[in-house]
Amino acid sequence: MELTNLTIKPAHEGLKNKEFTSVDLTKAYLEKIRKSDLNSFISVTENLALAQAIRADARIALSEVEGHDFPELCGIPCSIKDAILVEGEKCTAGSKILENYIAPYDATVIKKLKEQGAVILGKTNTDEFTMGSSTENSAFGVTKNPHDKTRVAGGSSGGSAACVAANEACFSLGSDTGGSIRQPASFCGVVGLCPTYGAVSRYGLIAHASSLDQIGPFTKNVEDARIVFDAISGRDSLDATSVEPEIRNSKFEIRNLRIGVPKEYFSKGVDPEVEKIIRNVIKKAKDAGAEIVEISLPSSEYALACYFVIDPSEISANLARFDGIKYGLSEPAENLLDVYLKSRGRGFGSEAKRRIMLGTYCLSSGYYDAYYKKAQEVRELIRQEFAEAFKKVDLLFCPVSPFPAFKIGEKADDPMAMYLADIYTIPMKLAGLPGLSLPAGKTNEGLPVGLQIIGNHFEENKILDIAQELEKVL
Amino acid sequence: MISEEEVGHIAKLARLELTDKEIEKMQKDLSIILNYFNLLQKASGKKSAGLHKTVQSRGLNGLRKDEVIPQKKETAQKIIAASPNKKDDYIKVKSIL
Repeated sequence: MELTNLTIKPAHEGLKNKEFTSVDLTKAYLEKIRKSDLNSFISVTENLALAQAIRADARIALSEVEGHDFPELCGIPCSIKDAILVEGEKCTAGSKILENYIAPYDATVIKKLKEQGAVILGKTNTDEFTMGSSTENSAFGVTKNPHDKTRVAGGSSGGSAACVAANEACFSLGSDTGGSIRQPASFCGVVGLCPTYGAVSRYGLIAHASSLDQIGPFTKNVEDARIVFDAISGRDSLDATSVEPEIRNSKFEIRNLRIGVPKEYFSKGVDPEVEKIIRNVIKKAKDAGAEIVEISLPSSEYALACYFVIDPSEISANLARFDGIKYGLSEPAENLLDVYLKSRGRGFGSEAKRRIMLGTYCLSSGYYDAYYKKAQEVRELIRQEFAEAFKKVDLLFCPVSPFPAFKIGEKADDPMAMYLADIYTIPMKLAGLPGLSLPAGKTNEGLPVGLQIIGNHFEENKILDIAQELEKVL
Repeated sequence: MISEEEVGHIAKLARLELTDKEIEKMQKDLSIILNYFNLLQKASGKKSAGLHKTVQSRGLNGLRKDEVIPQKKETAQKIIAASPNKKDDYIKVKSIL
């Protein structure tokens, strides 16, 4: 038995039946990480992992003596995107400005994983401050796609996606602002869930754009995505936008559902092979009894422009905290202003600078109405279009990305081409909706393609039920 | 095309020191992206209901009482330790005036 191939449930059973220990599992993953050339990790937290594994084994032994169950994630090794704080460990957010920053506390999601007894193997690679679609903006090198090492793993949570695909972790936590969970999940052929805005606490996630940021899981199958989502979701007093989910016991089946297919997501620009794979899944859903309804979301064409006003605007405010005073890189200078200018000038990479500049421009006097205010109005329009759509259908099916994983370097010098990689993941994000990337097939070259399943607010259960049913027939 | 002066002005507002090469690249990139934003003017746009609507807060009042939440002393120490320039329990900042 290859320990690193196991998903959560079989690993949990194996621990329960004493077929192996958490230390065995952890060592197997650490060995895999050591041998890997994917660059999916920025740092490996070996000492923490082994200490947690020993504690998990003790807890498992104790639960047997006391005759009760232990949590499903107890002893299960995972990885964490390096934008989420793990107390006492480095947290770089993929930036030189935080190269030596040690997290002073745990993010709420980490606290929850630790309470369950999960084992943290390391911190995964990300585009700087989670800005990008390929991890090429990471100050610590690009993550390679395990299916083709000349290609990107996607981004920004490329490290998380690649390490789960390559069995370097049982599951991973990433974050999604404009597509940073779903797109790399699609590129690497794993399941990635971006929950509803407010479903998971962001306390301890280094902020990118606060009206959009959301933490979610990368897993090898849908069942695991549900286990991890249930473990990390819920109201947290430390994140004012988080809410307690309503308990729903409904079970959803494809044959009872109406599935909307937005025609704008199959227009010009979509790779024919991607379209074929997605159309094939839609046909399978139809064969299983779903009613397929073609719908239109005409404002989708404005979504990318809308996002790239709002996102950099929020970035320009959020990244003001990196000033060379409170933490991170600090360049010596004569006066305070020069400390700011030099520390930020040397510490930030080109994409972070570009977005700070864009955001500052959009918010500056004389341009605010034309850009930021207009974008907020368009965001409302997009939100209302989705609300109308969900009056008619239960879920939406569309591609995650117009194309499969692209070559390393292909878009690195062309910001506009890179932004276009998120064209199908951004619209629902502006509306705060949940979305999941489900591996739907591979191109002739063997590159994975993900189906995007979008649900209404807080309907992760419906998405997960349907994804799990589809997973069996794909 | 956005001018060199404009890029310089925005960089100053953003507290970023840019090299000449960076300014030149920024002029080009920002111009392309800002040009793309013109697409938004075609959209009719609804009156924004404000962020509280876009976050779908389900009627939740996100505001908490304005009170101090006690933290562990170690947390405060770790936060100060993260600062590049400190003295005792204080973060050192250059004089502002």
